[in-house]
Amino acid sequence: MGDSEIKAADVAVIGGGPGGMAAAVAAKRAGAERVLILERDFDLGGILPQCIHDGFGTFVMKERLTGPEYADHYKSLVADSGVECLLNTMVLEIDEDRTILAVNPAQGVLRIKSRAVVLAMGCRERTRFQLLIPGTRPAGVFTAGAVQRLVNIEGYLPGKRAVILGSGDIGLIMARRLKLEGVEVEGVYEILPRPSGLTRNVVQCLHDYDIPLYLEHTITMIHGKKRVEGVTVSRVDARRKPIPGSQRFVSCDTVVLSVGLIPENELSEKIGIMMDPVTGGPLVDEWMETSIPGIFACGNVVNVYDLVDYVTYTGEIAGQGAARFIKGELPERNPVRVMAGPGIRLVVPQQVTPARAVEPFSLYLRAEEAGTNVRITVKCGDRIIARRRERAVKPPEMIRLIISPEKLKEAATGGALLVELADEGGTRDERT
Amino acid sequence: MSGLNTSLTCILCPMSCVLELTVEDGRVIQLSGNNCKLGPTYAEKEMINPTRTLTTTVEIEGARIARLPVKTQGEIPKSMILECIRDIGRIKVKAPIRRGEVVLENVAGTGINVIATRDLS
Repeated sequence: MGDSEIKAADVAVIGGGPGGMAAAVAAKRAGAERVLILERDFDLGGILPQCIHDGFGTFVMKERLTGPEYADHYKSLVADSGVECLLNTMVLEIDEDRTILAVNPAQGVLRIKSRAVVLAMGCRERTRFQLLIPGTRPAGVFTAGAVQRLVNIEGYLPGKRAVILGSGDIGLIMARRLKLEGVEVEGVYEILPRPSGLTRNVVQCLHDYDIPLYLEHTITMIHGKKRVEGVTVSRVDARRKPIPGSQRFVSCDTVVLSVGLIPENELSEKIGIMMDPVTGGPLVDEWMETSIPGIFACGNVVNVYDLVDYVTYTGEIAGQGAARFIKGELPERNPVRVMAGPGIRLVVPQQVTPARAVEPFSLYLRAEEAGTNVRITVKCGDRIIARRRERAVKPPEMIRLIISPEKLKEAATGGALLVELADEGGTRDERT
Repeated sequence: MSGLNTSLTCILCPMSCVLELTVEDGRVIQLSGNNCKLGPTYAEKEMINPTRTLTTTVEIEGARIARLPVKTQGEIPKSMILECIRDIGRIKVKAPIRRGEVVLENVAGTGINVIATRDLS
């Protein structure tokens, strides 16, 4: 590859979705000169242009925008700030010394030497083959995001009668969307005893349109030769195993899967960045810096956040971190672990160097199970550095806990931070 | 009691209280299940005059993608959603178009305009 084109950048951002756009703009504002976004699609925005529903930006913009509006706002910020964008550009590899290998139709093979890198590749949907649903392999089985793209961007309906497996947010949103476009939506089947998506989506997408939600149900067989002809659905027991005798045939020509998102980390894993098995993304610190110095990560590549606002916040931090890194303004790392204690499923960032805390320093948490009147405590040894009461927590609704840098510095010598969730005179409710 | 009994989930916070209510003559006359004072307000609004912002897409010609995303500029009555969808489904626009541009006035007689939610050229 001796004849590949060589470019230089201060900060190269991999991915032009909401995380990447926020990171690029923030890096530029924090003084990085040559900031470059590498995006594999023909346009910036990531998944937002196909998310035509509203509810984006209630924290960041203080208003409820649609996905395309949120994307357009950041696209103009990118354009105005002088960030360079390479579209239709696929990154194949990143070296530890932050040389990026990429390809695009205009320039062929590109090598970009960058002083800092921000990973913002987002996430990808789980497919039928990751769930191992038995049956034939007919046409008509889609992920919810693929249906969203077909309907909202390309102008095709996927079929006439759909069954939705999984109650993730995109599945709920698409149930409503298909119904409005005249597709019959037979029902949403969720293996867990509770919905996976946000309550407001269950209410406004299913209740509003009388679409049934079958909890503790799953698809046990897909039927059809060329095209889907139907599915077998079964009730499941507490261990999620189908209950014999509970199966029923549902006729449909379309199966929509909304069964989870996985951070897209092929590039990160190839360079040997340390990963968190719980989030599926890189371990990051307070500046969203990964285990490799100078390589930062933000948004859904780190952890699947449920709000774009959180993706934007982490992008801004990663971008500022990258700019400080190239200017030599990031103090040396001396991290302590941030650990998910009892009642907490995951916490991001997973480590922090108290002396170089960023402001505001936010911990993003997910509760292990639903509960009411709980207390969330962040401890360092015996010392409590943050504490918050919550009237209700639910696993699908991420919690953002802001900690003052002073408190964090006080705790500097105490070792790891432990985040816990405990009942506070209330009862845990495992049914919701 | 002669009113209609129904239930609804409040979505104003993650508590997601299930409100049990009785509606009579277009008024909520009895309510339980709420854990805070926002419950009655939410129930009243949802039972008497529920409204929604409607988002959908329209056909666009001359753009690099086939559909232009649009939304109602304000909230429309929930009962008018299907009529609005039908009305919006009949229109077709031509690129270029700017975000915020009105693509349909007074959708289904609601007095609300439908606007583009992105730039497309």
